[in-house]
Amino acid sequence: MTGTFDLGWWGVALAIVAGAMRVSTPYLLVSLGETLTEKSGRVNLGLEGTLVLGAMSAFAIAYLTGSPWLGMLSAGAAGAALGLLHAAISNLPRVNDIAVGIALFIFGIGLAFFLGKPFIEPRATMLPGIPLGNWSASPAIRSAFEISPMFFLGIALAIALEWGLKSTRWGLILRIAGESADAARAIGLSVERIRTFATMAGGFLSGLGGGFLSLYYPGNWNEGLSSGQGLMAIALVIFARWSPLRCFYASLLFGGASAIGPAVQTVGITEGYYLFNAAPYVLTLGLLIYSSSRTRTLAGAPSELSISR
Amino acid sequence: MQEPQPTKLAARGAGSLLGRTWSPRGGSLSTDSLESLLLSLIAIAVAALIFGAFLALQGHDPLAVYRTLYLGAFGTRFSLESTLTQAAPLLLTALCTLIPARVGLLVIGGEGAVVLGGLAAALAGVALAGAADLVGTVLTLAAGALAGGLWIGAAGALKHFRGVNETISTLLLNYIAIALLNHLVSGPIRDFSQTLKAQSWSIPKAFMIGNMPGWSVHWGLLIGLVGCVILNVLLRHTTLGFAMDVLGGNRRAAQMAGLPLGRLILLATFLGGAAAGLAGAVEVVAVHGAASESLVVGLGYAGILVAFLARQNALAVIAVALLLGGISASGGLLQRRFDIPHAATTVLQGLIFLCVLASGTFAGRLLPRRSAQ
Repeated sequence: MTGTFDLGWWGVALAIVAGAMRVSTPYLLVSLGETLTEKSGRVNLGLEGTLVLGAMSAFAIAYLTGSPWLGMLSAGAAGAALGLLHAAISNLPRVNDIAVGIALFIFGIGLAFFLGKPFIEPRATMLPGIPLGNWSASPAIRSAFEISPMFFLGIALAIALEWGLKSTRWGLILRIAGESADAARAIGLSVERIRTFATMAGGFLSGLGGGFLSLYYPGNWNEGLSSGQGLMAIALVIFARWSPLRCFYASLLFGGASAIGPAVQTVGITEGYYLFNAAPYVLTLGLLIYSSSRTRTLAGAPSELSISR
Repeated sequence: MQEPQPTKLAARGAGSLLGRTWSPRGGSLSTDSLESLLLSLIAIAVAALIFGAFLALQGHDPLAVYRTLYLGAFGTRFSLESTLTQAAPLLLTALCTLIPARVGLLVIGGEGAVVLGGLAAALAGVALAGAADLVGTVLTLAAGALAGGLWIGAAGALKHFRGVNETISTLLLNYIAIALLNHLVSGPIRDFSQTLKAQSWSIPKAFMIGNMPGWSVHWGLLIGLVGCVILNVLLRHTTLGFAMDVLGGNRRAAQMAGLPLGRLILLATFLGGAAAGLAGAVEVVAVHGAASESLVVGLGYAGILVAFLARQNALAVIAVALLLGGISASGGLLQRRFDIPHAATTVLQGLIFLCVLASGTFAGRLLPRRSAQ
């Protein structure tokens, strides 16, 4: 804290940048997952539950085995399992996928709080960060540039998915299922299987996002750990208009917006803290109002998506 | 204007939304209602079985847990009162999803409408200080309902005039409402004499509504019950309700019939939001006496669950709210008796929700129809 004071307004900028990188990582992972799911024509509104269950699993396994990496893996597995459940129920005829998401939201959080009760007190082994600030003598700069490998994994995934969705065979298959289920069936693809896979992959990434919360930043497990990042990520996907690369920029923007409040607090500005927190939601709503139209579906949205009709 | 394909319209209709078992295959209304009830009961039974297995895996005796759950929910006068208190706000927040669903919209903004209703009620109560007691109470509640109605009504207007998806907009509005509440109670309208927590100025004591005579359950329960009954009459037995059903069932048909689509959408979203706003106002007027974070406890999200479980039937909301209120109310007893975390009740509610949704796929196929194809 004192370091930030020494740096004055530069410290504020530094805190925003560092905060944006830390806060944006779960947004990035969850929104990339949701992009995958939505590209296949399904919406999983239950990612908040997935995120919290992932956070709990990661923390519990890291605590029990001493390995944060095993923890992350189990977070992904828990997320994929919830994704499978979502897909299995949504695959039934005449079941609304949005509603299933809301149900999984409740179920996932309940399960996480139930199973995670014994793990609220202990400390688990945290994920290590990559120190990129060793060139500086200032501890503030050093801690600001200690960056999680998950952040880089997120960037790599964003680039890979952007390319993969456009230029690979499976990307095309995914997009066909999302644009026209009839066309996909006509060429012999199983829409249900594609969407199941996409929802599981989305769940896996969201689980990782939860693992980041409990094993890196803020780096503990309690029932107030998530402040709605899972639901936020759904708005973020719309804001990014279903592009993985734009998900990355939007995550940084959303992360930066949530980092502004705490950062300006260090120089004594406390007014409007909560309004800054609401900025991403207002921005997304504004973008929705701007880009929606009565006569056509949302630009860039997969046509099979229940929220774009 | 490019018309959407009819197949998609059918898929979007009220038949699939909230899993209501109305189906174009024919069959009398009573067959549909009976099937609806049967499906819900089967779904709840399946959820109870899965939850029982889950408990057994944890080393508990499921039967003993269920006996205690019943005891904690309905077994004693005290637990019944606690159940009724838990159920009261759900009666109204469920309507926030239920009414717009009748016109084919999936609104999940109950949480935000509760918050805004509570906020408006607190402000109105403070502003009306000095008014006659009853007038003050009524106007305070009305302010909450109006604020909630305008909030969700705005989502309806965005849907109708701009085509903004109502599910996403109401989700965003939830967060905006909560941020607004936090902002206001942390400074502009904060009562700084309350040092324990950030809350708004308090409404006059005289405006508060207490418990119903002979019960330790506040009047909010009666308000909720009356709300559900009125809505049931409105939706089932008036031309307006029928018009909403036509719109929810088939938008194109409603358009052809010359129904005022915009007005129906605005009215349905306004009424839904008003119900949730009223729930928030009741929380302020009957429980907290001021607006604070205590309004953000998931009443809106629980209301979505109630609405789906009730399958668009405003009267069924009463039974479902009692069931879910009972499950929540028994959490404390379960924790004391078996050392089961309180979250077990959330797991059970989530399981019931999932099973009810899955059961929707059997709608129209469970009971034999006279005109089956």
